[in-house]
Amino acid sequence: MGRTHVDAVIVGAGWAGSIMAKELTEAGLSVIMLERGPERTTPVEGAYPESIDELRGAVRKRLFQNLSQSTVTIRNTMDQTALPYRQLAAFLPGEGVGGAGLHWSGVHFRVAPEDLRLRSSVIERYGEKFIPEGMNLQDYGVTYEELEPFFDKAEKVFGTSGEAYKVQGKIVGNGNVFSPDRSDNFPLPAMKDTFSASIFRDAAKNAGYHPYALPAANASRQYTNTYGCQMGPCNFCGYCSGYDCYLYSKASPNVNILPALRQDPGFTLIPNAHVLRVDLDSTKTKATGVTYLDTKTRKETSLSADLVILGAFQFNNVHLMLVSGIGKPYDPVSNTGTVGRNFVYQTITSSRVWLPSSTYTNQFVGAGGAGVAIDDFNSMNFDHGPLGFVGGSPVWVNQAGVKPIAAAIGAGGGGTPRWGSAYKNALINTYKHSLGIDAHGSNMAYRDVYLDLDPTWKDVYGQPLLRMTFTWKDNDIRMNQYVVSRIEPIARAMGATKMNLVHLNAGQPFDTRNYQTTHLGGGAIMGDNPQTSALNRYLQSWDVSNVFVIGSNAFPQGMGYNPTGMVAALAYWAAHHIRTTYLKSPGPLVKA
Amino acid sequence: MEPTLNRPLRRSFVKGLLGTTSFWMASGNASWTAALAAEAAQPYLPTFFDAMEYRFIEAASERLFPVDDNGPGAKALGVAEFIDRQMQTPYARGENWYMSGPFQQGPANLGYQLPFVPRDLYRKGIAGVEHYTRQHYGKGFADLPPVQQDEILTALEGGSVQLDEVPGRVFFEQLRTNTLEGAFADPLYGGNRGLGGWTMLGFPGARADFMDWVNQEGAPYPLAPVSISGETA
Repeated sequence: MGRTHVDAVIVGAGWAGSIMAKELTEAGLSVIMLERGPERTTPVEGAYPESIDELRGAVRKRLFQNLSQSTVTIRNTMDQTALPYRQLAAFLPGEGVGGAGLHWSGVHFRVAPEDLRLRSSVIERYGEKFIPEGMNLQDYGVTYEELEPFFDKAEKVFGTSGEAYKVQGKIVGNGNVFSPDRSDNFPLPAMKDTFSASIFRDAAKNAGYHPYALPAANASRQYTNTYGCQMGPCNFCGYCSGYDCYLYSKASPNVNILPALRQDPGFTLIPNAHVLRVDLDSTKTKATGVTYLDTKTRKETSLSADLVILGAFQFNNVHLMLVSGIGKPYDPVSNTGTVGRNFVYQTITSSRVWLPSSTYTNQFVGAGGAGVAIDDFNSMNFDHGPLGFVGGSPVWVNQAGVKPIAAAIGAGGGGTPRWGSAYKNALINTYKHSLGIDAHGSNMAYRDVYLDLDPTWKDVYGQPLLRMTFTWKDNDIRMNQYVVSRIEPIARAMGATKMNLVHLNAGQPFDTRNYQTTHLGGGAIMGDNPQTSALNRYLQSWDVSNVFVIGSNAFPQGMGYNPTGMVAALAYWAAHHIRTTYLKSPGPLVKA
Repeated sequence: MEPTLNRPLRRSFVKGLLGTTSFWMASGNASWTAALAAEAAQPYLPTFFDAMEYRFIEAASERLFPVDDNGPGAKALGVAEFIDRQMQTPYARGENWYMSGPFQQGPANLGYQLPFVPRDLYRKGIAGVEHYTRQHYGKGFADLPPVQQDEILTALEGGSVQLDEVPGRVFFEQLRTNTLEGAFADPLYGGNRGLGGWTMLGFPGARADFMDWVNQEGAPYPLAPVSISGETA
């Protein structure tokens, strides 16, 4: 019996996979999308009140990757032995239909245009010598102007709420003055400011900065998107991050794309299907399909496909490339190969501000994407010359809904009690009267920070785990420290009675035990040179031209913004070029 | 089996109903309701911990989260019952942890590397603390005065005590984490009794609709908490 043949097979049912599946079925292709986790839908898993159970949800990690099946190993430096990431903590990849797009918060940015050409931009302003030794600073190979239609398209699918600054060259509103021109406004008006965000807005403005409402894929009003999928208005219940929205207010593949896609006869979604490898022909330049394991029956199946789209989580895409032999693995010693190169993260630190005891911040009120930010210290928006570092960081109050178990476990420390009566006093005071201010910054790529296969530990399928070699570097630590120092006057102006400014410390290694962010990036990056990028500017593998790899794996460095908006735009960008060019004449879209 | 709203443990179901007027109006059966009330009032019988272990959990969790002017402590909130019930869940068997060997120790910042799941940590940890306590204080932990219990917990937290196979600090963090979960999880799981944890914090529980309180210029939210089963404080 021959293998089942399909025009395109897609690995992963998150944002990247679902967008690609929608686009390719629209183009008339037969598509199978494989998802290693279970089926998930709002009326079943997302239904109130069970969906807002903190213990079952964020604490016991209902929607996250089950590490017992597969994980990564982590070390800080190349001379260490990497050890397994045995318990979820620092980052929380998703699993199941919707992927991380089901449990994300909903902050939905575009991109700072100069972040797409950061190497060129830094050299133009400060000269090549400004770039520290060992930093692999690179351009994306694509411009904001090229991506703009796809950012616009994604916002209209996500039902994004926000306030524009400039539309078609005209200043139209009180949005982010540093943001680039837009072809159209946001589909929905900005989310309301929570109390904490409103006082941050006032204080930041008085300090001479330029506050703006975070663009949020949380619906500020009812909305029907491009695909006819409906969203209801967000009620600030506070259960975005780590949860599936019971109100159909937070955009997810499950709410915004799959209801339309599931109607398409050309589309098949297979959950509980763990892809073991992309199958290649003997030349290793053409994929013939994929082999997956049904995690319920343990039966292995091979599918034949003309086109293979990797749309799994960032590091799972890199893992699949490495175990399948797509492209040349990166070797930091010889500085050759590309798969695993430029593995990046973000530098995120959360500071805390306490207000008088007569003022209640009601931190349980919130929406994952709502808040007020300033970009005055992001990207190339300020003079790096005298500061001597590359990169930057938005600063914001993003009150996403603080739950009691998370608040209690995180309270205390830094010299204050972590238990007992004094701890209880502080916990209650902090919960009722404080707010958080985040520095949500970039992270540059370095020659000795990368991904490869671990020599020792394996997943339950017998494949080697992916190994991360990652730590904080001086450039990024100094960037974070500078930006956090700019928070202090804002906090004072907000009426702080006390503050705890948190920043990275010189020499501080990456710590896997505390949640920082799930915004991992790089490892299979896009670019204009096959010697330094695994993918071309259309996210097509330079080496295996019928494989496209969609996700934050394509980012050459970690940006200050949240990655999902950029991932969605890159997915629509790649899909557009597959539809208009590749399908007519399959092969490399860029000559190597 | 983990309790859920549709499939609660019987006792929590009864407790939830007893607080609602609809239950009393609908039941109309005095002897049945009396029997249920009596069952709800019975002390909890642990199913994972033995009597000594359970006394330890009760005593230690109360020191970590003591009754004070702010409100109830771990004992009144049912934290020990919560932890015992959690021991029957996939979490306690480490079913979401990567537990394949080899188990090699490394720098603390690379995370947990012991071959033990939560059930093991409690079995070994409690035995270790009891042994340490008898050696240094001549009595079991639960029989010591609070000042000495605090001394022991401080030593565990600070990492100066190794409990045979389990570092004292690892056991301390396990106990602290589960204690705080028990104080603040939905009462569905046996802790946060009477919504006492949430009331102290001012967390409204399962209300999950704050359309009218996005910005009230720093005024406190006016409603008391409600649980997933509909229990109110």
